[in-house]
Amino acid sequence: MGLLNREEAEALIQEVLEVYPEKAKKDRAKHLMVNDKKLESAKKCITSNRKSVPGVMTQRGCAYAGAKGVVWGPFKDIIDISHGPIGCGQYSRGGRRNYYSGIAGVDSFCDLMFSSDFQEKDIVFGGDKKLAKLIDEVESLFPLSKAISVQSECPIGLIGDDIEAVSKKKAAEIGKTIVPVRCEGFRGVSQSLGHHISNDAIRDWVISNRDGKLDAGTPYDVAILGDYNIGGDAWASRILLEEMGLNVVAQWSGDGTIAEIENTPKAKLNLLHCYRSMNYIARHMEEKYGIPWLEYNFFGPTKIAESLREIASHFDDTIKEGAERVIAKYQPAMDAIIAKFKPRLQGKKVMLYVGGLRPRHTVGAYEDLGMEVVGAGYEFAHNDDYDRTIKELKDATLIYDDATGYELEEFVRQVKPDLVGSGIKEKYAFHKMGVPFRQMHSWDYSGPYHGYDGFAVFARDMDMTVNNPCWSMFKAPWQKPAEEPEAKAA
Amino acid sequence: MANIMIRKGDKGYVFYMPKRDIEDSIVSMEFDTPEKWGGEIKLGNGGIYFIEPQAAPARLPYSVRAKRIDGVE
Repeated sequence: MGLLNREEAEALIQEVLEVYPEKAKKDRAKHLMVNDKKLESAKKCITSNRKSVPGVMTQRGCAYAGAKGVVWGPFKDIIDISHGPIGCGQYSRGGRRNYYSGIAGVDSFCDLMFSSDFQEKDIVFGGDKKLAKLIDEVESLFPLSKAISVQSECPIGLIGDDIEAVSKKKAAEIGKTIVPVRCEGFRGVSQSLGHHISNDAIRDWVISNRDGKLDAGTPYDVAILGDYNIGGDAWASRILLEEMGLNVVAQWSGDGTIAEIENTPKAKLNLLHCYRSMNYIARHMEEKYGIPWLEYNFFGPTKIAESLREIASHFDDTIKEGAERVIAKYQPAMDAIIAKFKPRLQGKKVMLYVGGLRPRHTVGAYEDLGMEVVGAGYEFAHNDDYDRTIKELKDATLIYDDATGYELEEFVRQVKPDLVGSGIKEKYAFHKMGVPFRQMHSWDYSGPYHGYDGFAVFARDMDMTVNNPCWSMFKAPWQKPAEEPEAKAA
Repeated sequence: MANIMIRKGDKGYVFYMPKRDIEDSIVSMEFDTPEKWGGEIKLGNGGIYFIEPQAAPARLPYSVRAKRIDGVE
């Protein structure tokens, strides 16, 4: 089947909605649309950031996942205490492969899990004493940690523990920053609010720590915001910026440190990769410190070149020349990669259902490889994300917000893409359907995908998934049309 | 009443409400002089908000309390 045109796409949405009861149908219809590039704003066509319909299989996470898993977890010298029952901490540990340089358990704590392991008595009598004791233990066992954050799980908010008071008291005692993060899982409709709460916690408890004490820095200081160093992404981005002459003072939050957060106010430009999870703090810094911010996209050579030039346009001629030099240096290598993989991937169709920035940012990289994105959707985007997305996608592309398991499966069954990029929860369902699949949240144990170095890995991974011989072996031998029995016997 | 942030975009003022993540262009602002600034503001999405008229802020972006009068939330 070829690409859908507008009528076919709209008919498909109607067909998929058919199974829902009347009320759910009305609600879900608002979250599905067919792309129209002419639209200025997505608002009238798609509703986002709303509570999921009970009873459908949503793929979303919770505020705690957004705070501890996404924003705070990758800071390497901050110990994140999962304050509450043990499960949340254990199941959110180390799945996202936020790489860091350091020694686990000595000066880096991304791989370790700290939890207050709430029991019944803590719910009944309150867990503040336990938290204070836990902070003392952490301090004596891991003296090289630079800060502690308290990530509250649902029960903390329900029983009304005062983690702020404990944090303040203990911070004064041990002389380190302790940040209480009120990211109880029941807050908000998805992990998105967790990002917002974390940004606010950084704003309130960390970012102003060195106000008035910072040196002026160089005119080329920039900070990378919203790059979580998944499989080394931030490193692949950072070397490009440094090569063009910029001075990266902070990485938020992949391979980042608390000192980097405190030093960020001296940056001259904040570079924002994941808009959804870090725009809040970028806006705050713009207001308080007058630091402009800029969204950039480091997926695929076309978008990288565009972004490098846009970043350089905020600086003087040495940086502009630097950007051109970097682009010229890597272009031959990129051309070689495209020459190698484009013939193998040309015309293949991709459907994406991820979070954050990928459904729009990776479009350019797929197009560089000759592939086409025929469907894209976000788990937890807001309207401003869709405003940005409709510009990136082709007309008549399916767009789905907070898609349910059923909708995704049905879309894939009907559109028959050559590749699906989504999360671990969807991965095995599509494998069983015999559709090539990449886990695009943490790059399916591969990476980096950002930057020029990342594109080489990206192209290789897409090729080895789409053109893997295993997809032709889905039919058991006895289900295949019978061969000539005589020929075999002979 | 809600906190909003007003910043300068390519084409005039941009409205942003952190609580609801609403970002939109400001189509018109009732008063826009250095002495008197604010009043009724109309957004690209049809929303109308009211900012207590005040002296124009020295620097944008600027956070201010605003009241929703009409339109989408």
